[in-house]
Amino acid sequence: MRWKRKDLLDLESLSLQELEYILTTAASFKEVTGRQIKKVPALRGKTVVNLFYEPSTRTRVSFEVAAKRLSADVINIAAEVSSVKKGETLIDTGKNIEALKADIIVVRHSASGAAAMLARHLKANVINAGDGWHEHPTQALLDIFTLREKLGRIEGLKVSIIGDIAHSRVARSNIWGLTKMGAKVTLCAPLMLIPPGIEETGVKVTDDLDQALSEADAINVLRMQFERDEAGAFPKAWEYFKTFGITEERLQKAKKDIVVMHPGPINRGIEMSSEVADGVNSVILEQVTNGIAVRMAVLFLVAQAKNGKKANSN
Amino acid sequence: MEAKIILSSQEVRKAIQRLTHQILERDQSLKDLVLIGIQTRGVCLARRIQAAIKELKNQDMPLGVLDITFYRDDLTAIGSSPVVKETNIEFDLNDKRIVLIDDVLFTGRTIRAALDEIMDFGRPKTIELLVLIDRGHRQLPIRPDFVGKNIPTSLEESVEVKFQESDGSDEVTIINRQEDKR
Repeated sequence: MRWKRKDLLDLESLSLQELEYILTTAASFKEVTGRQIKKVPALRGKTVVNLFYEPSTRTRVSFEVAAKRLSADVINIAAEVSSVKKGETLIDTGKNIEALKADIIVVRHSASGAAAMLARHLKANVINAGDGWHEHPTQALLDIFTLREKLGRIEGLKVSIIGDIAHSRVARSNIWGLTKMGAKVTLCAPLMLIPPGIEETGVKVTDDLDQALSEADAINVLRMQFERDEAGAFPKAWEYFKTFGITEERLQKAKKDIVVMHPGPINRGIEMSSEVADGVNSVILEQVTNGIAVRMAVLFLVAQAKNGKKANSN
Repeated sequence: MEAKIILSSQEVRKAIQRLTHQILERDQSLKDLVLIGIQTRGVCLARRIQAAIKELKNQDMPLGVLDITFYRDDLTAIGSSPVVKETNIEFDLNDKRIVLIDDVLFTGRTIRAALDEIMDFGRPKTIELLVLIDRGHRQLPIRPDFVGKNIPTSLEESVEVKFQESDGSDEVTIINRQEDKR
Protein backbone atom coordinates (compact mmCIF):
# COMPACT_ATOMS: atom_id res chain seq x y z
CA MET A 1 0.00 0.00 0.00
CA ARG A 2 0.94 3.66 -0.21
CA TRP A 3 1.09 5.93 2.79
CA LYS A 4 -0.82 9.10 1.94
CA ARG A 5 -1.38 10.89 5.22
CA LYS A 6 0.48 14.12 5.75
CA ASP A 7 -0.23 13.98 9.47
CA LEU A 8 -0.78 11.44 12.21
CA LEU A 9 -3.51 12.86 14.41
CA ASP A 10 -5.38 9.85 15.76
CA LEU A 11 -5.93 6.13 15.38
CA GLU A 12 -9.69 6.50 15.02
CA SER A 13 -9.45 7.47 11.35
CA LEU A 14 -6.74 4.97 10.37
CA SER A 15 -7.61 1.85 8.41
CA LEU A 16 -6.46 -1.59 9.51
CA GLN A 17 -4.01 -1.57 6.57
CA GLU A 18 -2.54 1.72 7.70
CA LEU A 19 -2.11 0.42 11.25
CA GLU A 20 -0.39 -2.71 9.96
CA TYR A 21 1.82 -0.64 7.68
CA ILE A 22 3.07 1.52 10.55
CA LEU A 23 3.78 -1.57 12.68
CA THR A 24 5.65 -3.30 9.85
CA THR A 25 7.75 -0.21 9.19
CA ALA A 26 8.42 0.08 12.93
CA ALA A 27 9.74 -3.50 12.96
CA SER A 28 12.33 -2.51 10.33
CA PHE A 29 13.34 0.46 12.44
CA LYS A 30 13.64 -1.73 15.51
CA GLU A 31 16.30 -3.67 13.64
CA VAL A 32 18.10 -0.39 12.95
CA THR A 33 18.05 0.55 16.65
CA GLY A 34 19.82 -2.73 17.42
CA ARG A 35 22.76 -1.93 15.14
CA GLN A 36 26.11 -0.69 16.29
CA ILE A 37 25.46 2.57 14.48
CA LYS A 38 21.84 3.22 15.32
CA LYS A 39 21.34 5.89 12.74
CA VAL A 40 20.15 5.99 9.14
CA PRO A 41 20.13 8.98 6.79
CA ALA A 42 16.44 8.75 5.86
CA LEU A 43 15.45 12.25 7.11
CA ARG A 44 18.77 13.97 6.57
CA GLY A 45 18.27 17.70 6.06
CA LYS A 46 14.80 17.71 7.63
CA THR A 47 13.92 19.65 10.75
CA VAL A 48 11.63 18.23 13.41
CA VAL A 49 10.17 20.59 16.02
CA ASN A 50 8.83 19.20 19.29
CA LEU A 51 6.20 21.70 20.41
CA PHE A 52 5.10 20.71 23.89
CA TYR A 53 2.45 22.69 25.75
CA GLU A 54 2.31 20.11 28.53
CA PRO A 55 5.15 18.71 30.58
CA SER A 56 6.56 15.51 29.14
CA THR A 57 9.89 13.83 29.39
CA ARG A 58 9.40 10.36 28.03
CA THR A 59 7.39 11.18 24.91
CA ARG A 60 9.48 14.20 24.01
CA VAL A 61 12.79 12.41 24.50
CA SER A 62 11.47 9.43 22.57
CA PHE A 63 10.52 11.64 19.60
CA GLU A 64 13.85 13.42 19.88
CA VAL A 65 15.85 10.20 19.84
CA ALA A 66 13.71 8.86 16.98
CA ALA A 67 14.25 11.98 14.87
CA LYS A 68 17.99 11.99 15.54
CA ARG A 69 18.31 8.33 14.55
CA LEU A 70 16.75 9.34 11.24
CA SER A 71 19.43 12.06 10.90
CA ALA A 72 16.92 14.92 11.23
CA ASP A 73 17.67 18.09 13.17
CA VAL A 74 15.55 18.50 16.28
CA ILE A 75 14.38 21.61 18.07
CA ASN A 76 12.49 21.38 21.35
CA ILE A 77 10.07 24.08 22.37
CA ALA A 78 8.56 23.97 25.84
CA ALA A 79 5.57 26.26 25.80
CA GLU A 80 5.94 27.41 29.40
CA VAL A 81 9.05 29.33 28.48
CA SER A 82 8.08 30.51 25.01
CA SER A 83 6.11 33.41 23.59
CA VAL A 84 2.95 31.45 24.32
CA LYS A 85 3.31 33.00 27.76
CA LYS A 86 3.15 36.34 26.03
CA GLY A 87 -0.20 35.48 24.50
CA GLU A 88 0.61 34.05 21.06
CA THR A 89 -2.03 31.67 19.71
CA LEU A 90 -1.34 28.07 18.74
CA ILE A 91 -1.78 28.75 15.04
CA ASP A 92 0.50 31.78 15.14
CA THR A 93 3.14 29.75 16.94
CA GLY A 94 2.73 26.98 14.35
CA LYS A 95 3.06 29.39 11.43
CA ASN A 96 6.15 30.93 12.95
CA ILE A 97 7.71 27.52 13.36
CA GLU A 98 6.83 26.73 9.76
CA ALA A 99 8.39 30.01 8.64
CA LEU A 100 11.60 28.73 10.19
CA LYS A 101 11.35 25.93 7.60
CA ALA A 102 10.45 23.16 9.98
CA ASP A 103 9.31 20.05 8.12
CA ILE A 104 7.59 18.11 10.87
CA ILE A 105 5.91 19.44 14.02
CA VAL A 106 5.28 17.08 16.92
CA VAL A 107 2.71 18.71 19.17
CA ARG A 108 1.35 18.04 22.64
CA HIS A 109 -1.42 20.24 23.95
CA SER A 110 -3.96 20.15 26.74
CA ALA A 111 -6.84 20.88 24.35
CA SER A 112 -8.45 18.03 22.45
CA GLY A 113 -8.18 18.67 18.71
CA ALA A 114 -5.16 20.98 18.99
CA ALA A 115 -3.03 18.84 16.68
CA ALA A 116 -5.82 18.58 14.11
CA MET A 117 -6.30 22.33 14.10
CA LEU A 118 -2.60 22.90 13.59
CA ALA A 119 -2.56 20.36 10.77
CA ARG A 120 -5.38 22.15 8.97
CA HIS A 121 -3.47 25.44 8.99
CA LEU A 122 0.05 24.25 8.19
CA LYS A 123 1.82 22.64 5.27
CA ALA A 124 4.28 21.01 7.65
CA ASN A 125 3.57 17.45 8.76
CA VAL A 126 1.90 17.34 12.17
CA ILE A 127 2.17 14.44 14.60
CA ASN A 128 -0.10 14.35 17.63
CA ALA A 129 1.89 13.58 20.76
CA GLY A 130 -1.20 13.83 22.94
CA ASP A 131 -4.13 16.27 22.77
CA GLY A 132 -6.21 16.69 25.90
CA TRP A 133 -8.28 13.62 26.65
CA HIS A 134 -8.64 12.84 22.96
CA GLU A 135 -5.80 10.68 21.60
CA HIS A 136 -2.14 9.80 21.97
CA PRO A 137 -1.66 7.71 18.84
CA THR A 138 2.04 6.90 19.05
CA GLN A 139 1.65 5.62 22.63
CA ALA A 140 -1.09 3.21 21.55
CA LEU A 141 0.96 2.16 18.51
CA LEU A 142 3.93 1.30 20.71
CA ASP A 143 1.65 -0.57 23.15
CA ILE A 144 0.22 -2.58 20.26
CA PHE A 145 3.67 -3.12 18.75
CA THR A 146 4.97 -4.43 22.08
CA LEU A 147 1.95 -6.65 22.56
CA ARG A 148 2.26 -8.13 19.09
CA GLU A 149 5.95 -8.72 19.59
CA LYS A 150 5.25 -10.55 22.87
CA LEU A 151 2.21 -12.60 21.86
CA GLY A 152 2.65 -12.81 18.09
CA ARG A 153 -0.75 -11.37 17.19
CA ILE A 154 -3.45 -8.89 18.18
CA GLU A 155 -6.51 -10.50 16.65
CA GLY A 156 -8.52 -12.41 19.22
CA LEU A 157 -6.48 -11.20 22.19
CA LYS A 158 -8.26 -10.10 25.32
CA VAL A 159 -6.85 -6.83 26.58
CA SER A 160 -8.00 -5.07 29.74
CA ILE A 161 -7.32 -1.38 30.16
CA ILE A 162 -7.34 -0.55 33.82
CA GLY A 163 -7.52 2.84 35.51
CA ASP A 164 -8.60 6.37 34.80
CA ILE A 165 -10.21 5.89 31.39
CA ALA A 166 -12.13 9.17 31.51
CA HIS A 167 -9.07 11.39 31.47
CA SER A 168 -6.92 9.11 29.34
CA ARG A 169 -6.00 9.81 25.73
CA VAL A 170 -3.83 6.70 25.90
CA ALA A 171 -6.94 4.62 26.61
CA ARG A 172 -8.85 6.13 23.70
CA SER A 173 -6.09 5.54 21.19
CA ASN A 174 -5.64 2.00 22.49
CA ILE A 175 -9.35 1.29 22.16
CA TRP A 176 -9.39 2.42 18.52
CA GLY A 177 -6.21 0.61 17.59
CA LEU A 178 -6.90 -2.64 19.41
CA THR A 179 -10.52 -3.03 18.31
CA LYS A 180 -9.62 -2.30 14.68
CA MET A 181 -7.01 -5.04 14.84
CA GLY A 182 -9.49 -7.51 16.26
CA ALA A 183 -8.70 -7.56 19.98
CA LYS A 184 -11.42 -7.72 22.60
CA VAL A 185 -11.07 -4.80 24.97
CA THR A 186 -12.36 -4.56 28.52
CA LEU A 187 -12.23 -1.32 30.48
CA CYS A 188 -11.93 -1.56 34.23
CA ALA A 189 -12.14 1.40 36.62
CA PRO A 190 -14.27 2.97 39.29
CA LEU A 191 -17.42 3.73 37.29
CA MET A 192 -17.05 7.48 37.74
CA LEU A 193 -13.79 7.27 35.79
CA ILE A 194 -15.46 5.62 32.81
CA PRO A 195 -16.87 8.02 30.23
CA PRO A 196 -20.57 7.44 29.58
CA GLY A 197 -21.41 5.81 26.24
CA ILE A 198 -17.94 4.31 25.74
CA GLU A 199 -19.53 0.87 25.17
CA GLU A 200 -20.53 2.12 21.70
CA THR A 201 -16.92 1.64 20.59
CA GLY A 202 -17.39 -2.10 21.14
CA VAL A 203 -15.65 -2.48 24.49
CA LYS A 204 -16.83 -4.15 27.68
CA VAL A 205 -16.94 -2.18 30.91
CA THR A 206 -16.55 -3.46 34.46
CA ASP A 207 -15.59 -2.19 37.88
CA ASP A 208 -14.55 -5.66 39.03
CA LEU A 209 -10.79 -5.95 38.75
CA ASP A 210 -10.69 -9.71 39.28
CA GLN A 211 -13.06 -10.14 36.36
CA ALA A 212 -10.94 -7.85 34.17
CA LEU A 213 -7.87 -9.89 35.09
CA SER A 214 -9.29 -13.38 34.90
CA GLU A 215 -9.43 -13.84 31.13
CA ALA A 216 -7.02 -11.17 29.96
CA ASP A 217 -4.01 -11.97 27.76
CA ALA A 218 -2.67 -8.53 28.58
CA ILE A 219 -3.42 -5.56 30.76
CA ASN A 220 -2.60 -1.94 30.12
CA VAL A 221 -2.52 -0.12 33.43
CA LEU A 222 -3.03 3.63 33.25
CA ARG A 223 -1.54 6.23 35.49
CA MET A 224 -3.89 7.88 37.98
CA GLN A 225 -3.75 11.49 36.91
CA PHE A 226 -4.54 13.10 40.23
CA GLU A 227 -3.54 16.46 38.79
CA ARG A 228 -6.57 16.31 36.51
CA ASP A 229 -9.07 15.70 39.29
CA GLU A 230 -10.79 19.04 39.26
CA ALA A 231 -14.21 17.72 40.20
CA GLY A 232 -12.99 15.75 43.20
CA ALA A 233 -14.25 12.54 41.59
CA PHE A 234 -11.14 10.54 42.31
CA PRO A 235 -10.81 8.06 45.12
CA LYS A 236 -7.93 8.54 47.53
CA ALA A 237 -4.67 6.94 46.42
CA TRP A 238 -4.66 4.27 49.13
CA GLU A 239 -8.31 3.52 48.47
CA TYR A 240 -7.67 3.12 44.74
CA PHE A 241 -4.72 0.80 45.31
CA LYS A 242 -6.80 -1.38 47.59
CA THR A 243 -9.54 -1.87 44.99
CA PHE A 244 -7.79 -1.45 41.62
CA GLY A 245 -4.06 -1.69 42.29
CA ILE A 246 -2.31 -4.57 40.51
CA THR A 247 -0.45 -6.75 43.00
CA GLU A 248 1.26 -10.11 42.72
CA GLU A 249 -1.51 -11.63 44.77
CA ARG A 250 -4.16 -10.48 42.32
CA LEU A 251 -2.09 -11.54 39.32
CA GLN A 252 -2.08 -15.10 40.64
CA LYS A 253 -5.67 -15.39 39.54
CA ALA A 254 -4.76 -14.22 36.02
CA LYS A 255 -3.17 -16.14 33.16
CA LYS A 256 0.38 -17.13 34.03
CA ASP A 257 1.94 -15.36 31.06
CA ILE A 258 -0.25 -12.24 31.16
CA VAL A 259 1.52 -9.22 29.67
CA VAL A 260 1.60 -6.19 31.96
CA MET A 261 1.94 -2.78 30.30
CA HIS A 262 1.99 0.76 31.62
CA PRO A 263 2.52 3.93 29.57
CA GLY A 264 4.50 5.54 32.40
CA PRO A 265 5.30 7.34 34.52
CA ILE A 266 4.31 4.79 37.15
CA ASN A 267 2.97 5.71 40.54
CA ARG A 268 4.36 2.74 42.42
CA GLY A 269 1.95 1.61 45.10
CA ILE A 270 -1.03 3.31 43.46
CA GLU A 271 -1.67 1.63 40.08
CA MET A 272 0.55 -1.33 40.72
CA SER A 273 2.98 -2.65 43.26
CA SER A 274 6.72 -2.48 42.68
CA GLU A 275 6.88 -6.30 42.51
CA VAL A 276 4.52 -6.26 39.52
CA ALA A 277 6.18 -3.28 37.82
CA ASP A 278 9.56 -5.01 38.00
CA GLY A 279 8.21 -8.56 37.67
CA VAL A 280 8.50 -11.17 34.91
CA ASN A 281 5.19 -10.21 33.29
CA SER A 282 6.07 -6.55 32.98
CA VAL A 283 7.11 -5.19 29.57
CA ILE A 284 7.18 -1.57 30.70
CA LEU A 285 10.79 -0.89 29.72
CA GLU A 286 10.41 -2.74 26.41
CA GLN A 287 7.57 -0.34 25.68
CA VAL A 288 9.99 2.55 26.06
CA THR A 289 12.49 0.92 23.70
CA ASN A 290 9.81 0.11 21.15
CA GLY A 291 8.53 3.69 21.35
CA ILE A 292 11.62 4.85 19.49
CA ALA A 293 11.10 2.41 16.61
CA VAL A 294 7.40 3.28 16.34
CA ARG A 295 8.09 7.02 16.34
CA MET A 296 10.85 6.59 13.75
CA ALA A 297 8.28 4.82 11.56
CA VAL A 298 5.69 7.57 11.99
CA LEU A 299 8.18 10.38 11.33
CA PHE A 300 9.50 8.53 8.28
CA LEU A 301 6.05 7.82 6.82
CA VAL A 302 4.51 11.27 7.21
CA ALA A 303 7.63 12.83 5.72
CA GLN A 304 7.28 10.66 2.62
CA ALA A 305 3.60 11.53 2.28
CA LYS A 306 4.18 15.25 2.01
CA ASN A 307 6.90 14.77 -0.52
CA GLY A 308 4.61 12.45 -2.41
CA LYS A 309 2.19 15.29 -2.99
CA LYS A 310 4.88 17.50 -4.44
CA ALA A 311 6.32 14.87 -6.73
CA ASN A 312 3.06 13.49 -7.95
CA SER A 313 3.95 14.10 -11.58
CA ASN A 314 5.32 10.62 -12.24
CA MET B 1 3.91 -5.21 -25.02
CA GLU B 2 6.56 -7.74 -25.82
CA ALA B 3 9.07 -9.10 -23.37
CA LYS B 4 12.25 -10.18 -25.11
CA ILE B 5 14.11 -12.98 -23.39
CA ILE B 6 17.75 -12.11 -22.75
CA LEU B 7 18.71 -15.08 -20.60
CA SER B 8 16.83 -18.37 -20.49
CA SER B 9 16.63 -20.40 -17.32
CA GLN B 10 19.58 -22.52 -18.43
CA GLU B 11 21.62 -19.43 -19.27
CA VAL B 12 20.83 -17.91 -15.86
CA ARG B 13 22.13 -21.04 -14.19
CA LYS B 14 25.27 -21.04 -16.31
CA ALA B 15 25.91 -17.38 -15.57
CA ILE B 16 25.62 -18.03 -11.82
CA GLN B 17 28.08 -20.92 -12.10
CA ARG B 18 30.55 -18.75 -13.98
CA LEU B 19 30.20 -15.85 -11.52
CA THR B 20 30.83 -18.25 -8.64
CA HIS B 21 34.03 -19.51 -10.28
CA GLN B 22 35.16 -15.93 -10.81
CA ILE B 23 34.71 -15.12 -7.11
CA LEU B 24 36.75 -18.18 -6.19
CA GLU B 25 39.47 -17.41 -8.72
CA ARG B 26 40.22 -14.10 -7.04
CA ASP B 27 40.88 -15.77 -3.71
CA GLN B 28 40.73 -19.55 -3.45
CA SER B 29 41.09 -19.57 0.33
CA LEU B 30 37.56 -18.23 0.93
CA LYS B 31 39.11 -16.66 4.00
CA ASP B 32 36.95 -13.83 5.38
CA LEU B 33 34.60 -14.04 2.39
CA VAL B 34 31.02 -12.95 3.07
CA LEU B 35 28.13 -12.47 0.67
CA ILE B 36 25.65 -9.61 0.98
CA GLY B 37 22.54 -9.54 -1.19
CA ILE B 38 20.47 -6.42 -1.81
CA GLN B 39 16.70 -6.90 -1.35
CA THR B 40 14.92 -8.56 -3.11
CA ARG B 41 16.40 -10.24 -6.20
CA GLY B 42 19.96 -9.62 -5.04
CA VAL B 43 19.20 -11.84 -2.05
CA CYS B 44 17.95 -14.65 -4.32
CA LEU B 45 21.10 -14.37 -6.39
CA ALA B 46 23.30 -14.34 -3.29
CA ARG B 47 21.62 -17.53 -2.01
CA ARG B 48 22.28 -19.22 -5.37
CA ILE B 49 25.91 -18.26 -5.22
CA GLN B 50 26.14 -19.43 -1.63
CA ALA B 51 24.73 -22.82 -2.71
CA ALA B 52 27.14 -23.00 -5.66
CA ILE B 53 30.13 -22.35 -3.41
CA LYS B 54 28.88 -25.01 -1.02
CA GLU B 55 28.74 -27.48 -3.88
CA LEU B 56 32.22 -26.68 -5.10
CA LYS B 57 34.04 -26.16 -1.82
CA ASN B 58 31.73 -27.71 0.75
CA GLN B 59 31.81 -24.54 2.82
CA ASP B 60 28.94 -22.40 4.07
CA MET B 61 29.67 -18.77 3.37
CA PRO B 62 27.98 -16.22 5.67
CA LEU B 63 25.16 -14.43 3.88
CA GLY B 64 23.75 -11.03 4.82
CA VAL B 65 20.60 -9.33 3.62
CA LEU B 66 20.57 -5.60 2.98
CA ASP B 67 17.58 -3.30 2.53
CA ILE B 68 18.77 0.10 1.37
CA THR B 69 15.49 2.03 1.69
CA PHE B 70 16.64 4.27 4.53
CA TYR B 71 19.79 5.16 2.60
CA ARG B 72 18.16 6.09 -0.70
CA ASP B 73 18.90 9.51 -2.13
CA ASP B 74 15.48 9.81 -3.76
CA LEU B 75 13.32 9.38 -0.67
CA THR B 76 12.20 12.97 -1.06
CA ALA B 77 11.30 12.55 -4.72
CA ILE B 78 9.84 9.14 -5.37
CA GLY B 79 6.35 10.18 -4.40
CA SER B 80 5.30 6.87 -2.97
CA SER B 81 6.04 5.38 0.37
CA PRO B 82 8.72 2.80 -0.16
CA VAL B 83 8.27 -0.73 1.06
CA VAL B 84 10.82 -1.34 3.76
CA LYS B 85 12.16 -4.86 3.89
CA GLU B 86 14.37 -6.61 6.36
CA THR B 87 18.08 -5.98 6.82
CA ASN B 88 19.83 -8.88 8.48
CA ILE B 89 23.59 -9.04 8.89
CA GLU B 90 24.37 -11.29 11.81
CA PHE B 91 28.14 -11.27 11.55
CA ASP B 92 30.96 -8.80 11.98
CA LEU B 93 31.92 -7.01 8.76
CA ASN B 94 35.25 -5.67 10.01
CA ASP B 95 38.19 -6.77 7.83
CA LYS B 96 35.97 -9.02 5.72
CA ARG B 97 36.05 -9.54 1.98
CA ILE B 98 32.50 -8.59 0.99
CA VAL B 99 30.94 -9.58 -2.29
CA LEU B 100 27.96 -7.26 -2.69
CA ILE B 101 25.30 -8.80 -4.91
CA ASP B 102 22.42 -7.33 -6.90
CA ASP B 103 20.44 -8.49 -9.90
CA VAL B 104 20.68 -5.44 -12.21
CA LEU B 105 23.21 -2.62 -12.23
CA PHE B 106 21.73 0.56 -13.70
CA THR B 107 22.36 4.11 -12.41
CA GLY B 108 24.60 2.94 -9.56
CA ARG B 109 22.53 4.76 -6.93
CA THR B 110 21.37 1.60 -5.20
CA ILE B 111 25.00 0.52 -4.89
CA ARG B 112 25.99 3.92 -3.48
CA ALA B 113 23.28 3.52 -0.82
CA ALA B 114 24.38 -0.05 -0.11
CA LEU B 115 28.02 1.01 0.29
CA ASP B 116 27.04 3.72 2.77
CA GLU B 117 24.89 1.30 4.74
CA ILE B 118 27.64 -1.35 4.83
CA MET B 119 30.12 1.24 6.12
CA ASP B 120 27.74 1.92 9.03
CA PHE B 121 28.00 -1.75 9.97
CA GLY B 122 31.78 -1.86 10.06
CA ARG B 123 35.00 -1.46 8.11
CA PRO B 124 35.38 -4.27 5.62
CA LYS B 125 38.74 -4.99 4.00
CA THR B 126 37.32 -4.93 0.50
CA ILE B 127 33.94 -4.72 -1.19
CA GLU B 128 33.49 -6.28 -4.62
CA LEU B 129 30.36 -5.84 -6.69
CA LEU B 130 28.63 -8.71 -8.45
CA VAL B 131 25.61 -8.26 -10.71
CA LEU B 132 23.77 -10.61 -13.03
CA ILE B 133 23.00 -7.88 -15.55
CA ASP B 134 24.80 -4.63 -16.28
CA ARG B 135 22.48 -2.49 -18.39
CA GLY B 136 24.62 0.67 -18.46
CA HIS B 137 23.46 4.30 -17.91
CA ARG B 138 25.59 4.87 -14.82
CA GLN B 139 25.10 8.18 -13.01
CA LEU B 140 27.86 7.59 -10.47
CA PRO B 141 31.46 6.37 -10.76
CA ILE B 142 30.64 2.79 -9.84
CA ARG B 143 31.71 -0.32 -11.75
CA PRO B 144 31.05 -3.99 -11.15
CA ASP B 145 33.77 -6.58 -10.47
CA PHE B 146 31.76 -9.54 -11.72
CA VAL B 147 29.08 -9.34 -14.43
CA GLY B 148 26.83 -12.14 -15.66
CA LYS B 149 25.93 -10.36 -18.85
CA ASN B 150 26.28 -6.88 -20.28
CA ILE B 151 23.11 -5.70 -22.02
CA PRO B 152 23.03 -2.39 -23.87
CA THR B 153 19.63 -0.82 -23.20
CA SER B 154 17.75 2.37 -23.89
CA LEU B 155 16.19 4.36 -21.07
CA GLU B 156 12.72 3.40 -22.30
CA GLU B 157 13.46 -0.23 -21.67
CA SER B 158 13.34 -2.02 -18.37
CA VAL B 159 15.18 -5.18 -17.46
CA GLU B 160 13.35 -7.75 -15.43
CA VAL B 161 15.13 -10.54 -13.60
CA LYS B 162 13.08 -13.46 -12.37
CA PHE B 163 14.14 -16.22 -10.04
CA GLN B 164 12.50 -19.53 -9.31
CA GLU B 165 12.24 -18.70 -5.60
CA SER B 166 10.48 -15.37 -6.00
CA ASP B 167 8.82 -15.59 -9.42
CA GLY B 168 8.43 -19.26 -10.27
CA SER B 169 11.09 -19.47 -12.97
CA ASP B 170 14.60 -18.24 -13.85
CA GLU B 171 14.57 -15.74 -16.66
CA VAL B 172 15.84 -12.31 -17.70
CA THR B 173 13.68 -10.26 -20.03
CA ILE B 174 13.79 -6.81 -21.51
CA ILE B 175 10.58 -4.80 -21.85
CA ASN B 176 9.99 -1.64 -23.82
CA ARG B 177 7.88 0.59 -21.60
CA GLN B 178 7.08 2.97 -24.47
CA GLU B 179 5.15 0.23 -26.20
CA ASP B 180 3.61 -0.59 -22.86
CA LYS B 181 2.03 2.83 -22.72
CA ARG B 182 0.46 2.57 -26.15
